[in-house]
Amino acid sequence: MKNHVWRPLFVVLGLVAVILLVRLFIVPDDFSVGERGYMYGYHRLGNEQEWKDFKTKFRTSTYCNDCHEEKMAERVGSPHALIECENCHGLAGDHPDNPEKLTLDRSRELCLRCHTRLAYPSSQRKDLAGIDPQEHNPGDACVDCHNPHRPNLEEM
Amino acid sequence: MKRRDFLKNTMIAVAGASIPLSALEMIDPRELFAAHPELRWVFLADTYKCVGCGFCVKACKVENDTPYDANVSRTWVERYVITKSGEVHIDSPKAARDGFIAADIYKGQNPLALEVDFAHGRVDKTSVPKGEFASIPEEDIAQAFFVPKLCNQCENPACVQVCPVGATYQAPDGVVLIDRTWCIGCGYCIMGCPYGVRFFHPVYKVAEKCNFCYHRISKGLKTACATACPFGARQIGNIRDPNDPVTKAIMSERIGVLKDEYGTKPQVFYIGLNKEVR
Repeated sequence: MKNHVWRPLFVVLGLVAVILLVRLFIVPDDFSVGERGYMYGYHRLGNEQEWKDFKTKFRTSTYCNDCHEEKMAERVGSPHALIECENCHGLAGDHPDNPEKLTLDRSRELCLRCHTRLAYPSSQRKDLAGIDPQEHNPGDACVDCHNPHRPNLEEM
Repeated sequence: MKRRDFLKNTMIAVAGASIPLSALEMIDPRELFAAHPELRWVFLADTYKCVGCGFCVKACKVENDTPYDANVSRTWVERYVITKSGEVHIDSPKAARDGFIAADIYKGQNPLALEVDFAHGRVDKTSVPKGEFASIPEEDIAQAFFVPKLCNQCENPACVQVCPVGATYQAPDGVVLIDRTWCIGCGYCIMGCPYGVRFFHPVYKVAEKCNFCYHRISKGLKTACATACPFGARQIGNIRDPNDPVTKAIMSERIGVLKDEYGTKPQVFYIGLNKEVR
């Protein structure tokens, strides 16, 4: 066959070679199909470990208990013992180093998350002690009267 | 060589060259299944126990560095109020980051717009005209409840199939992850997810989604949302462990999943769903 037929083919083959060469350098070595095959598992394997190494900030009450035993003991038997310390006090992260002081939310709105009365028949919300925020001492902070660690009305 | 022969041979050569070697390898699904028989993360949400406090959303946003005041969230809580006359009202102000502290509910007349919006927590009291909110008298409410939403970590994730660069994938334990260094931000996956779970991360400029707090569950901790929930409405478990309380509940309770008909096989199970929940 004549040369002019082959010449474009060489150009195409050259392009393919260049693309494969570039791909060799760009695509990370650990790119693989994993266990789910091409459709769901085509990825860089190292990324799984990168996500596992993501920093944990929510340390849970067992971490708080290491230093603040007396505060933890205060809550025992109270309905609020169900609530994680960090829900109101802010996530601990590397406390006491970073942050040195947590951002405690003492606002009325925080309490209203559960204690605005919503009489929803098919939700547990109706069973929680609830108030109408417009009627019940509007503008005042709940924590002025109620102790958030022991909110029982008898102990007020 | 004739022109006809040349074309014929070229076509055969091209067809042969386009078959990747791996296509000739036969994959046995049983082999894949057996590779990780011991771990498959699933989630159980109880719509009776959920009170809509929103501590889960607050914890999730801080734990996972989702910008706190941006209108995006990996998880959110929807409120459903169904009246005796059959009207369905749904809202999720600020993705329920601050809970539901008012009885007023979104009362818009365009359910489609609402669906698009609330999926990303965009129904914000400040951005919607005041008339769009109304309080429904207690005696008119037939059913009202809260539905926690998060990524379903589907067995057949639609979002993964559409990724053109292999930046999102399903880990061997079933969790769908995003490779932030590899994502090009094309947004196909955000469109592809039937549950509206994915969004564009305003800081990293890549697709973002709930990953069951992969860094926590792989260390033996619960997800941030499940830890923050005071009522046990959110639970994470391993469906391959028959003694896991979540597995036991899924096997014995009457449970449902969202948008079953899409065939994505979602792995977030709900107690107390009804047909109004989308």
